[in-house]
Amino acid sequence: MKAFFSLIARDLKLAARQGSAVALSLCFFVIVIVLFPLGVGPEMTVLARIAPGVLWVAALLACLLTLDRIFQADYEDGSLDQLVIGPLPLSFLVLAKVIAHWLTSVLPLIIIAPVLALSLNLASDGVIAVTFALLIGSPTLSLIGAVGAALTMGMRRGGVLLSLLVLPLYIPVLIFGVAAVEAAVAMLPMAPHLLLLGGMSLGALVVGPLAAGAALRLALE
Amino acid sequence: MSLSAENVTCLRGDRLVFRDISFDLAGGQALWVRGRNGAGKSTLLRIAARLLRPQAGRFFWNRTDITEDDEPYHGQYHYIGHQEVLKPVLTVAENLSFWAEFHGQGKASLEQAIEGFELGALRDTPAGLLSAGQKKRTNLARLLASPAPLWILDEPLSALDTHFIDLFRARLSEHLKAGGLALYATHQDLGIDGSQELDLDAGGGA
Repeated sequence: MKAFFSLIARDLKLAARQGSAVALSLCFFVIVIVLFPLGVGPEMTVLARIAPGVLWVAALLACLLTLDRIFQADYEDGSLDQLVIGPLPLSFLVLAKVIAHWLTSVLPLIIIAPVLALSLNLASDGVIAVTFALLIGSPTLSLIGAVGAALTMGMRRGGVLLSLLVLPLYIPVLIFGVAAVEAAVAMLPMAPHLLLLGGMSLGALVVGPLAAGAALRLALE
Repeated sequence: MSLSAENVTCLRGDRLVFRDISFDLAGGQALWVRGRNGAGKSTLLRIAARLLRPQAGRFFWNRTDITEDDEPYHGQYHYIGHQEVLKPVLTVAENLSFWAEFHGQGKASLEQAIEGFELGALRDTPAGLLSAGQKKRTNLARLLASPAPLWILDEPLSALDTHFIDLFRARLSEHLKAGGLALYATHQDLGIDGSQELDLDAGGGA
């Protein structure tokens, strides 16, 4: 257990020291969302209509941008070898890396999302809904992403392949994430959608670390 | 404590790296793995560290077969490879204390590691600013930051100057005297008393 938390603490410390990584994905998220009013036009009703989808797609892409870093840096400097032969079972090793990734790369997006949602003229109920939906649904993004990151680790230009592997698997999260926000805006209950998102996160919590652990083992040999 | 290998054969792709390697190592003994470049020294050490799987052959730790189930072997060894395993933005002490904590050790073993490889003056230096030899020493200090009976060392001397080669030799001798085991690949003879030799060029066992 000590090993598990020390690994998370180290990754957080690394992210804090190399603040640029967090800032980059955050800037990417902001810029993508700001581009939409420029492309679609400043029509308030149109923006409010597309806001849930825009927020979710931008969050998926910003998350995708940081996925390759989950294992790549440790793989390149040899730390991953040492982590793998250490006391942690592989799936817990993956889980620790995923938690650190979520805290450093996804959580900042969720924190800034309400501001961006307001700037897209989303109704206040929708703003609350999109924050909750992101909180509940986004662990799935990190967990599924870890599997892709483990599979493409050590590949040259693995990033493109990673996107192709992972983005189709993000579709269910996108559908229910957007549905939850639209339900909230339409004054309909959003609980069913959030529960489904939660279910997906729990499912990914079980399957993701196991699959990514097996993929890591393969990639290292 | 003992580590033995029986008829270990390794293929990389279609190429046969080595075949039928056997050795038997008891507590207090070291095995010097020799061979020309490409003879499979690193491969053999990575197999011993469970980072690669051999195509054939068996491994035993304390006479228990660990070829399939390596549970008894877990946490019993350190592997020092070619890579320095350092995070450039963390200081020497932070790098080492992470590995000590990761293996469940406290501050005491960290101080021991820093003293053991004379890293006191560098402890607050970010690892990114270290020279190649200093990086190597920090990497080697992991051996003391969390104790393990078996040391698997791939080229531990590269980038070290003569003073630190002697220092390392002293640490290795202490480890062996305390009943530890070591498996090392170097180009030069470390002159460790009672170390066995395994010449991969000869293609046979020790």
